[in-house]
Amino acid sequence: MPGLGTSFGRGGATTNLQDLSNADCILIEGSNMAEAHPVGFQWVMEAKRRGATVIHVDPRFTRTSAVADQHVPIRAGSDIAFLGALVNHVLSNDLDFREYVVAYTNAANVIDEDFQDTEELEGLFSGYDPEAGQYDPITWRYRPPAEMTDQERQRAEELEDEERRDQEGSRHQESHQAARSESHGSGGAPVSWKGLRDETLQHPSCVFQILKRHYARYTPEMVRDVCGIEPEQFRRVADALTRNSGRERTTAFCYAVGWTQHSVGAQMIRTASILQLLLGNIGRPGGGIMALRGHASIQGSTDIPTLFNILPGYLPMPNAAHHQSLDAWVADDEGKAGFWGNVRSYAVSLLKSYWGDAATADNDFCFDYLPRVTGDHSTYTTVKAMIEGRCKGYFVVGENPAVGSSNGKMQRLGMANLDWLVVRDLQLIESATFWKDGPEIETGELVTERIGTEVFFLPAASHVEKAGSFTQTQRMLQWRDQAVAPPGDCQSELQFYFDLGRRIRARLAGSTDERDRPLLDLAWDYPLDAEGGPEPESVLREINGTGPDGAALSAYTELRADGSTACGCWIYCGVYADEANQARRRKPHWEQDQVAAEWGWVWPANRRILYNRASAAPDGTPWSERKRYVWWDAEARRWTGADVPDFVPDRAPDFVPEEGATGPDAIGGRDPFVMQTDGKAWLFAPLGLADGPMPTHYEPAESPVRNPLYGQQSNPTRKQVRSPANPLNPSWSEVYPYVFTTYRLTEHHTAGGMSRTLPYLTELQPEPFCEVSPRLAAERGLEHLGWATIVTSRTAIEARVIVTDRLRSLRLGDRFVEQIGLPYHWGGNGITTGDSPNDLVNLTLDPNVYIQDKVGTCDIRPGRRPRGPALPAYVADYRRRAGIPEAGEET
Amino acid sequence: MADPRTFLGWPLLRQVTGADRLGRGHAARSERSDRLTPRTASADRVVDSVCPFCAVGCAQKVFVKDGEVIQIEGNPASPISRGRLCPKGSASKQLVTSPTRVTKVRYRRPYATDWEDLDRDTAIDMIADRVVETRRKYWEWEADGPDGRRRTRRTLGIASLGGATLDNEENYLMKKLYTAMGAIQIENQARI
Ligand code: SF4
Ligand code: SF4
Repeated sequence: MPGLGTSFGRGGATTNLQDLSNADCILIEGSNMAEAHPVGFQWVMEAKRRGATVIHVDPRFTRTSAVADQHVPIRAGSDIAFLGALVNHVLSNDLDFREYVVAYTNAANVIDEDFQDTEELEGLFSGYDPEAGQYDPITWRYRPPAEMTDQERQRAEELEDEERRDQEGSRHQESHQAARSESHGSGGAPVSWKGLRDETLQHPSCVFQILKRHYARYTPEMVRDVCGIEPEQFRRVADALTRNSGRERTTAFCYAVGWTQHSVGAQMIRTASILQLLLGNIGRPGGGIMALRGHASIQGSTDIPTLFNILPGYLPMPNAAHHQSLDAWVADDEGKAGFWGNVRSYAVSLLKSYWGDAATADNDFCFDYLPRVTGDHSTYTTVKAMIEGRCKGYFVVGENPAVGSSNGKMQRLGMANLDWLVVRDLQLIESATFWKDGPEIETGELVTERIGTEVFFLPAASHVEKAGSFTQTQRMLQWRDQAVAPPGDCQSELQFYFDLGRRIRARLAGSTDERDRPLLDLAWDYPLDAEGGPEPESVLREINGTGPDGAALSAYTELRADGSTACGCWIYCGVYADEANQARRRKPHWEQDQVAAEWGWVWPANRRILYNRASAAPDGTPWSERKRYVWWDAEARRWTGADVPDFVPDRAPDFVPEEGATGPDAIGGRDPFVMQTDGKAWLFAPLGLADGPMPTHYEPAESPVRNPLYGQQSNPTRKQVRSPANPLNPSWSEVYPYVFTTYRLTEHHTAGGMSRTLPYLTELQPEPFCEVSPRLAAERGLEHLGWATIVTSRTAIEARVIVTDRLRSLRLGDRFVEQIGLPYHWGGNGITTGDSPNDLVNLTLDPNVYIQDKVGTCDIRPGRRPRGPALPAYVADYRRRAGIPEAGEET
Repeated sequence: MADPRTFLGWPLLRQVTGADRLGRGHAARSERSDRLTPRTASADRVVDSVCPFCAVGCAQKVFVKDGEVIQIEGNPASPISRGRLCPKGSASKQLVTSPTRVTKVRYRRPYATDWEDLDRDTAIDMIADRVVETRRKYWEWEADGPDGRRRTRRTLGIASLGGATLDNEENYLMKKLYTAMGAIQIENQARI
């Protein structure tokens, strides 16, 4: 997540679930943790039992709120206004942990003279290009140090050059940024220099002062008008947080998709990061930010990505405009301070894992075999390409876009326009059968006999029918052994892709076409297991990496840029240390301390709390006895403590790097954020984010409310997917007066393919429903347990109504805002079926990560929705009344 | 304990007259329940696993008998889950045994109205053919960029979605193969 990556240097959760029990206060926002991560929630309850205050900020009163000390109802999508006000509260009352802030963050950095804030520009930052809808972040940079090193002077000249070229009209920022935000999963954005610092924090252009001015208008009164939270409620939260932070106490934050799924998602996480840094809660026991991921291995699938813009270990996919050689590819980051400065070793070792002996120093280690990106190739953009006939073959693997992705109709229209589709799953999910029984077949918008897509459904192996590792939410790899063989035709992805690769290579054997070299030279030999697939542990070992002697490596510090090492994912280096599968370790917790370092394996280097050097004061001593965790042992001249120190093990606290030092040598003794190119955590992001250096409240793309903070209504850099199938409800529309928000239930799992098909779970949650407040029920005549139709400009769906106080009518100034809650797990197949709420959702994407907004506006009416062709007509009538032009009328 | 075969042995009587007033101990036992053994006791093997649903990553013990999964339970040794499973984790045996699970390849011809059977080997061969063909047809050596034409060495004809429920090893091989194919539109649930 770039929200965390640009703040701290790594995108993973900074802490672990068990450590929540050491917190003195826990703020849960953007997550219904008790419902969505029930077993992890035991650690929140453990903390509560030990006296911690638990606060839940959420549009709905949920299972989490029920056991929290305080539930704060908030309007969906207004989190930055609330958190920004907490930042303001801390800054204007001098409640920050000053010693921590000065030493460990970039609060003291002085920013470029030309920087202008949203204060001056009505909600925009300097550098905005309205035509392109994007920022050039040049004015957000650090002011150069008074005395520059040769290297820095050279960089300054390059920057001036770049600037000149930009002004001459060659706009190279776009493609560059599109691919980069997410590559800070483990390695911060590369600043040109550590920059000028004023540790008195008085310089008017220092980050601390800029932050203070930026958030000055985020007052409790503003929170009332934007979020619907009373000033008294706000103060109680502010007091709890500040009272439980400092040397003696720590506060932890938990969030989930309630934050990530917004057009300002990354910035919501950034605001929490800023607050946690000001309070001194990062890198310390009972502190941190717990990112709660939704799937078994969603952390793993970004670390070893099936994502368009990154390669394993968050190496960026090369961009055609900038990266036409290995040198150019690593140039931005190479040699920068910190461990990311060794990026060339990680990159070369990956190329060696991919192309083995074919990768040599003479051919740039096969760098040219890597395909290049040219901008946004994310899933929603790709679906548009399918609709437009530009993308013809599609693999859908353990995922159900027809239900799980926003604007399901676009997904289905895309799939209906393919040449071929391969679906791999345990069950015949909606994405496999849309051509037969999808909603568009019912309405007549699609006709089976006219859908030319060839569909292969290949049954998959379940989790007990294959061995392998998941990386769970606290970056922990846990190995599963195989219990039984897969039945019938079922296969694991490992078997399937290995086999597919072999067959493709066999077809191309002997080809002299340069295009086929990357496939033919691919290192694709694995020892085989009983079922004829690759031995899963041999793949983990390749991921771990091997040295010149072919033995497994034990740490990424052993990786080399000369081709003598190979490593499939540098941040996972060590998971196969000593030729043993470290992810398979299962020493019972009762035989270990709470850190439990011998259960599974955590990246990086088995560190359980990241940035834990910050758990000690700048001089290396613990901040307090109570919060002792990792500290400097002056006698042994080493860092020591309960966890693996997240620092150079023997770097003394008073160490000052030599001038011109690069990579890890440039990390000062007081720079706990070792993946950042300046060693500091970022209150202000001088680069790395597409939508501004500091989080700013904008309204969701569809909102019933005018942005009370700025003239700028919504995120100026948001990406709107333009397609006739993706119309947008106008904001402030009387036709779509309510807010809806989607969420999940304990008993179901995302798009439902793994839960609506299980009798036990279906029995527990047998039917889709929507939750509405009593006031809204009265306003629209909705009956408890009756039917309701919910309609947006995309479509209309029906669900049973639950009238409940769990949803509050929020008072914003002189009006009420009503919110409708929709669990999103349903679709047309399985044991329990129903309309899919994701069909309602529009596609407006966060510019950093291209994740969609999970809130939008809608109308709700009693009764069931129209059937057949009457449904699109009904929806079109709404669009007409809202003044939305129909496809083809737009020009 | 009173003889359970006489009425003096009735659980309710034992509960109100014995030491187990809450009825959670021996008072709740009967002759039948005394003879019951847990399904897990008859397993041939117990295999370590991890819940495949959410990212808490609860540790599981999979009980296997005669090559079949007979039960899945939480593993008390885990420092994260300490033996607990939520309803999803507890139901995960049904991922294996669900009555609607499909274990045969299904194939739908273009414009067809129903599925047909297809041998798995043939299916994978056909898919390999499709990949080779689509890749060739939609191959791109260069594309226009802000500074003129640049080398891209890729295909925009093939896309993939999925990964968040898959193993790291699987994602690794997928990305490796797709990258060598030149396919870049590779995505997963992390963005959804
Ligand atoms: S598993 Fe649930 S229903 Fe069963 S005894 Fe425990 S709490 Fe009660
Ligand atoms: S048992 Fe429940 S809480 Fe645990 S990993 Fe599975 S889904 Fe998550």
